[in-house]
Amino acid sequence: MIDTPLNAKIKGEEFTTLPKDLYIPPDALEVYLDAFEGPLDLLLYLIRKHNLDILDIPMADLTRQYMVYVEKMRAIKLELAGDYLLMSAMLIEIKSRMLLPKPTEVLEEDDPRAELVRRLMEYEAIKLVAQRLDEMPKVGDGIHVASVYFQHISLVKPPEVSLDDLAEAWRNVLKRASHFQHHKVGRAELSVREHMSMILRRLKSDRMLEFTQLFDVVNDGIPKLVVCFLAILELAREGLLRITQQQAFSPIYVQINGDE
Amino acid sequence: MSETSNIRELKNVLEVALLTSHQPLSLDDMLRLFAERMERATLRMLLDELRQDWTERTMELVQVASGYRFQAREEYSIYLTRLNPEKQAKYSRAVMETLAIIAYRQPVTRGDIEEIRGVTVNPNVMRQLQERDWVDVVGQREVPGRPSLYATTKHFLDDFNLRSLAELPPMDAFVQGEI
Repeated sequence: MIDTPLNAKIKGEEFTTLPKDLYIPPDALEVYLDAFEGPLDLLLYLIRKHNLDILDIPMADLTRQYMVYVEKMRAIKLELAGDYLLMSAMLIEIKSRMLLPKPTEVLEEDDPRAELVRRLMEYEAIKLVAQRLDEMPKVGDGIHVASVYFQHISLVKPPEVSLDDLAEAWRNVLKRASHFQHHKVGRAELSVREHMSMILRRLKSDRMLEFTQLFDVVNDGIPKLVVCFLAILELAREGLLRITQQQAFSPIYVQINGDE
Repeated sequence: MSETSNIRELKNVLEVALLTSHQPLSLDDMLRLFAERMERATLRMLLDELRQDWTERTMELVQVASGYRFQAREEYSIYLTRLNPEKQAKYSRAVMETLAIIAYRQPVTRGDIEEIRGVTVNPNVMRQLQERDWVDVVGQREVPGRPSLYATTKHFLDDFNLRSLAELPPMDAFVQGEI
């Protein structure tokens, strides 16, 4: 902008300052195109910009202005223009209906502009409340909801194993072991503690094992199996093992407690 | 812990439940806390007292569409926002206008929205609103094509801190009478 005092005469009137509401030449419109949300938005803009009375719209003026913008739009962005062209047709139709003489038998015809005015006003109202909604604080954007950390304990508890189930499983192990019985003579030093570690180590690598898998019925003698069983009971008593069974008579599984 | 009928304790139970819940708690939710051995009127009275108890604190107990929740008082919002400086992405005007039409004119079809905005509805706009769980389909209009009818959800009201649609900012009274 040239920074010199204005000295201009328009229709005999002197202007020393630039008018606030400068006319935007359509060439500069490209920047604005995306700012409009559609033909109604553009029309509202034109009406507000030229201070037109929305209840008594000068259709010829408005239509002319509108067409200038739409032609420009068409040149640049064809795909945008569909909705805008429909509106041009409507504007021209309204204009022409206003020009036609009213048939004499129709005493009071509605203003052809009424429907357009109604739509413009409704759209403007929506535009305003949309802005208000946008400015309202929302959860995540201005509203901070309290959320204290709390470890929700899972309500799905693993099924309980009754002592009878465990004893039954144990008897099965013994029964199967009896099929592979050897007669060995010797001294075996069997430590429950040692077996506890062995079991824990196995479960660490295999995560979950079926109860019977913990027993090597083929190679271990009864005493060793008993020690192994005692080790499992001991581990369970100390809360190191979790023993679960989905339903009665289904396989019993053993895993390290807390290892999900 | 044995069940208590001490008012202080009952309020504590409500308080801890509301503070640890990730969504607003309804009256029914809260009755379940007491194994439904409480009158609704008593519950309301306790909630009212709880709200009073917190008036001098940094959080307030508010009621929104799906129930009660604690939230930070508004005056702390500017500080808290600085903790997460990435601004929440702004929705486009198209999204907000579509949301406004659905909120104020519901239930509406896509056609109704197009009629008011004067442009075709971008499917992307509806998707954004549905993904945010602000809008959902509540039925079909019995006209050819059976278009879906859209309405706002309870979650929308919760997020906007509203108890009901009646609490939406008023529309221009000028236009309202005509529809």
